[in-house]
Amino acid sequence: MNTTSLWRNVRFWRFAGQAIALILVLSLLGFLGANLNRNLAQLGLRPGFGFLQSQAGFAIGEALIPYSPANSYSRALLVGLLNSLLVIVCGLIVATMIGITAGIARLSGNWLVRHLALVYVEVLRNTPLLLQLFFWYFAVFLSLPQPDDPVRWLGFSFSNGGIIVPGGLTLSPEFSALLLGLAIYTGTFIAEIVRGGIQSVPKGQWEAARSLGFQPAQQMRLIIFPQALRAIIPPLGNQYLNLAKNSSLAIAVGFPDLYAVASTTFNQTGRAVEIMLLISLTYLSISLMISLLLNLYNRRVQLVER
Amino acid sequence: MTLNPASRPTRPAIAQAKLWLQRNLFNGWLNSLLTIVLLVFLIWAATILIRWVFTQAQWAVVTTNLRLFLVGRYPVDQLWRIWAVLAIALALVGYGWLVGRRPMTSDSGGVNNLRSLIANPYCLLPIALLVIFWLLGGSLGLSRVPTNLWGGLLLTLIVAMSSTVLAFPLGVLLALGRQSSLPVLQGFCTVYIELIRGLPLIGILFMAQVMLPLVLPGQPNIDRVVRAIAGLVLFNAAYQAENVRGGLQAIPRGQTEAARALGLNWVLTLSLVVLPQALRIAIPAIVGQFISLFKDTSLLALFALLELTGIARSILAQPQFLGRYAEVYLFVGLLYWIFCYILSRFSRRMEATGLQRK
Repeated sequence: MNTTSLWRNVRFWRFAGQAIALILVLSLLGFLGANLNRNLAQLGLRPGFGFLQSQAGFAIGEALIPYSPANSYSRALLVGLLNSLLVIVCGLIVATMIGITAGIARLSGNWLVRHLALVYVEVLRNTPLLLQLFFWYFAVFLSLPQPDDPVRWLGFSFSNGGIIVPGGLTLSPEFSALLLGLAIYTGTFIAEIVRGGIQSVPKGQWEAARSLGFQPAQQMRLIIFPQALRAIIPPLGNQYLNLAKNSSLAIAVGFPDLYAVASTTFNQTGRAVEIMLLISLTYLSISLMISLLLNLYNRRVQLVER
Repeated sequence: MTLNPASRPTRPAIAQAKLWLQRNLFNGWLNSLLTIVLLVFLIWAATILIRWVFTQAQWAVVTTNLRLFLVGRYPVDQLWRIWAVLAIALALVGYGWLVGRRPMTSDSGGVNNLRSLIANPYCLLPIALLVIFWLLGGSLGLSRVPTNLWGGLLLTLIVAMSSTVLAFPLGVLLALGRQSSLPVLQGFCTVYIELIRGLPLIGILFMAQVMLPLVLPGQPNIDRVVRAIAGLVLFNAAYQAENVRGGLQAIPRGQTEAARALGLNWVLTLSLVVLPQALRIAIPAIVGQFISLFKDTSLLALFALLELTGIARSILAQPQFLGRYAEVYLFVGLLYWIFCYILSRFSRRMEATGLQRK
C-alpha cells in the first residue's frame, strides 16, 4: 500500500505546479483579452482585417512595384515589405563586406591600418544606431549640394537628391542613409566576430601554410579564413538578425519600410491590434528565414568528423 | 631572426624609432604603399575636420542648451534634487565597488544572514530606485515635477537603469523556467523569449505605447515614461534570460547533484549553489546587455519622449539653430560614447579578472 501522502509526492507537485502555471497564464491572457475587447468596443472598433481592402490614401516616397494613393492598405503594406526586404538584403551584403575588411584590418601587421580599424569599431559600436542614422541623413546626405551641382567621385555623383551610381541607378537619400547607417553600425560587430574567428585558428595553421609556400594573401584566403568561418557563422547569424530588426528604424529617416507604412496605417485607421499582429508575424518570419538560411550554410562549413 | 636584447648594445632613440617604423609601417612594398596612401588620406581628412571644428562649426547651439541636454526642462529651482540623485547613485557605485573588492568569506553566503543581504548592492537597488523616483517626481513633501519635464541625459539614465533593474529578476525567472524539466513552464518561457527576440524593439515600444492602455482594466492614463519603461523591461527580460541561461549552462551538473546530496531542497540549491555561480559567469554579458539597452533608449525619441536623442531633435527645431545637425549629433554622440565606452571597458576587465575571485 502506498502510504506517501499526496503532499509529499513529488510527481503530484510536478503536475500541480504545471497546472497552476497553465491556469495563471491562461487567466492572465483571458483578463488582458477581455479588457482589450471592452476597450475596443468602447472605441467602436470591431476587430478584423477587412480594413486592409479600403483605400490607403497616402503617398509612398519610393516603391518597387506600381503604387498610388488610390491603392488599398494591403498594397501599401506590400510596398513597405518589399522596401524592407530590399534594404535588409543590401544591408547584409554591405555590412558583411565592411565587417570582414575591418576584422582582418584589426589584425594587420601595419600599425596604422590596425589602429584605424580599432577606432572605427570602438567609436561606432558605442553610439546608438538611431543617432548615427540621424547623422547620416540630416548632417551628411541632406547637407550635400543641390542635384544640379553634385559632387562627383569615381563615377558616382552625390547630391541631396540622392546618389547616382554609374549605370544610371539613383538611390534616394533616405535609402542611402539607412543602408549606410545599418551597414556601418553592424559592420563594427561583424568586425569583432571576424577578428575573434581568425584568432581562434591555431597558429600552427599559419606556419604550416607559410612553410608550404603560400603567399600571405593566399594563406588568409585558402587556409585561415575557411577555418575561421566555423567560429564566425553562429554569432554572425545573430548580427544578421539584428540588422534585419534594426532596419525598422527606417522611419527615422523617412524611408517607407514595412514599419513606417504600418505606422502610417495605424495613424489613419487606429487598428492597433491588427497592425501589431501583422508587424510581429512579418518580422518573425523574416527572422526565421534568416536563421534557417544561416543554419543551412553553417552545416556546410562545419568540420565533418568521423 | 630573434635577437637576444641583452647581447645587443642599447640603440639610440632615433635608431629605435626607425626600427619601429620599419617593422610596423614599412615592411614590404605593399605595406609601405598602404601606409603612405592612408597617411595622405588621414592628413586630408584631419585638415577638413579641424577646419570645420574651429572655423565653420557654431558650437553656440551646444553651449546655450547645455542644461537642456543634461536634464531637459527640469525646473531650475529644483535642480538640487538631481544633485541629490547623483550623490545617491555615486554612493551606490562606490559601495558596490567596495563590496566587490572585499574577498568573499565563508560566512557571507547565507540567505538568512541579514547582513549579507544588505551587503548585496543589488538588493539596495530597488530601494534606491524608489527614493530616486520620489526625489525626481515629487509628492510626499516635495513639489511635483511631471515626467514630461524630465529629459536629456537624466531621462536616458533613469530609463536605462530602472528597466535593467526591473528586467533582471524577470530574466532570471525566465531563464530558470526555460531550463526547467516541467514541459508546460519550459514551453511558456521559451515561446516568450523567442517571440520577443524575433521582434524589433521599435515594434515592442509601439505595443507598449498603444496596446498597454488597451489591455489594462478601466481607463488607465499611464504615464508615457512608465509605458516606455514597461516596453523596455518586456524586451530586455528576454535578452537577460538568454545571458543568464548561458551562465546556468556553464555550471557543471555535479554542483546541483552535490547540493542535493547534502540535503538542500531545490530552492536552496538554486539560491545558494547554482545562481551565485551562474550569475557571476554571466556578468560580462549582462553588462553588455546594459550597454545595448543604454543605446536602445534613443528609440524613445521616436515616441515623443525627450531623452538625449529626443531633446537633440527638439533643440534642432529652435529657429536660431536650424540646420546645426552635425554639431548637435556629434555632441550627443560623444555623451553616449563616453558612457558606453567606460562600461564596455569595465565589462572587458570583469571578463578577464572576474572569474578568478572565489
